[in-house]
Amino acid sequence: MDKSRRRFFSDAARTAGGAALIGLGLGLYARKSASLPAEALRPPGALPERDFVGACVRCGLCVRNCPYDTLELARFEQSIATGTPYFSARDIPCEMCEDIPCVVACPTGALDPALTNIDDARMGIAVLVDQENCLNFLGLRCDVCHRVCPLIDEAITIERQHNARSGKHALMLPTVHAEACTGCGKCEYACVLPEAAIKILPQRLARGAAADHYRLGWEEKRRAGESLVPEDPEHEYHLPEGLDYDHSGDGLVPEELPDTPFPDDPLDTLNQGANP
Amino acid sequence: MNGPRRIPGREAITVKGWWPAYRWLILRRFVQLGILVLFLLGPLAGLWIVQGNINASMVFGLVPLHDPLVLVQSFLAGHVPEVTAITGALIIIAIYLLVGGRAYCAWVCPVNIVTDTAYWLKRRLRLKGSARLSATTRYWLLGTALVVSAVTGVIAWELVNPVSLTYRGLVFGMGAAGLVVLAIFLFDLLVSERGWCGALCPVGAFYSILGRFSIARVSAVNRAQCNDCTDCLKVCPEPHVLKLPVYGADTGASPIVLSPNCTNCGRCIDVCTEDVFRFTTRFEKTHNPIPTLAEETPS
Repeated sequence: MDKSRRRFFSDAARTAGGAALIGLGLGLYARKSASLPAEALRPPGALPERDFVGACVRCGLCVRNCPYDTLELARFEQSIATGTPYFSARDIPCEMCEDIPCVVACPTGALDPALTNIDDARMGIAVLVDQENCLNFLGLRCDVCHRVCPLIDEAITIERQHNARSGKHALMLPTVHAEACTGCGKCEYACVLPEAAIKILPQRLARGAAADHYRLGWEEKRRAGESLVPEDPEHEYHLPEGLDYDHSGDGLVPEELPDTPFPDDPLDTLNQGANP
Repeated sequence: MNGPRRIPGREAITVKGWWPAYRWLILRRFVQLGILVLFLLGPLAGLWIVQGNINASMVFGLVPLHDPLVLVQSFLAGHVPEVTAITGALIIIAIYLLVGGRAYCAWVCPVNIVTDTAYWLKRRLRLKGSARLSATTRYWLLGTALVVSAVTGVIAWELVNPVSLTYRGLVFGMGAAGLVVLAIFLFDLLVSERGWCGALCPVGAFYSILGRFSIARVSAVNRAQCNDCTDCLKVCPEPHVLKLPVYGADTGASPIVLSPNCTNCGRCIDVCTEDVFRFTTRFEKTHNPIPTLAEETPS
């Protein structure tokens, strides 16, 4: 009896040990799988990655309902969580359907049904990563990324700047505005260079963040309609009579009186001849 | 061993004829492959009867189906699913409560074909030797998968689950998932006989738990006619479920196979020459004649 009991406990301990080991491996793998590679973009409305990997059941209904074959399910060998949907902007970008069929098809809410206006999607942010090769930065008028942008003149604008190289032309610079960019990837897809100069990056890589207490003075001034700090008073010097203040370090110095070898009338100087 | 080796199921063909000796196996493969074909008709032929894969799907764009185990993991990972997913999972639970929990394993799961083939080949090649794994290991693995999901916030088993890897592979493109299928085939063939489905798979463990309450059951209703050929035990993927119902008459055990591990594959019905087995429900009244004194007395 005692023997069989001991055997039972040793068997259970062995199985539990094995399960714990597998659990540890699986857990580490699961943690790793939750870090999405930067070049893989989630479909519109995807929950933040940490929540997404707990909500997406890898059924592929979003993939099937995408009219443009944009989405794919991650394969086992990829470093994206197995079976979850993603797209690569340079291969097929998101066409930003107005009815967002991928979100409608999602049975679990991993693609948030609260997203009803595709312009509110935030799949990533376009960043002009290579200013050395971008044709517009070289002074040409390529403009393709600007032209294909579904939110042209909102998400990408063309900003003029002086072309210092030629000295007489303008640089027309494609400029991304993060508050409007959905990360659809059409700019990256359309970039004419062999390797795109503008790329969609995840928010965490694309953006910095200002500290909460930072205020832009000119913004505050505009909002308030007036400056929030009193105007600087005109600086006045109250120096002793006949003294001046030297800013380069000498401090108080005698006031410099007009001291010049030339008489007031320039004709006198001219008439002086070669030897004064 | 003397004389020609007895191949389980051979005798049934000669006694009952070919169709009765393979009926449930063929029906089962038909359903198994039929469901796969339904999923493939969309991407291959543009005929969208079913969209999605075995984890979750939409039938005729109307009826959602959803794997309940995946939903449980998702819930533990901290996500409250939409009504569509919950509805789909309830439909699936209802179906398997009706047809038998592990009917999923025998009638739907694609890995079943792989492991059945490995078992068949092992017998054919007369490969001896097998690492013994406890049949309860799967429950430990199921618990592990659930704990890992809860701790990491990731639907953990779906990262490696060979069942959905295979299905997703077939419907959406295989990639390295094929290696996982190969690994399971080799594991069953060379390492542990019936090891994956019979001892390890946590999906099978989950459907076993459903099977504890499911209605459709195999019953050894004519066990009195059993001639001890043991073919049923040799073809059964979970032989331990048959022992009491077939041989337990004198202990008063019910002839109904109530063990949750039974997959309702029906292969025992096929191979039995004496028609001991048939499908029934768990509620069927079985007249368990109390053994007479004469029968009880050892001769």
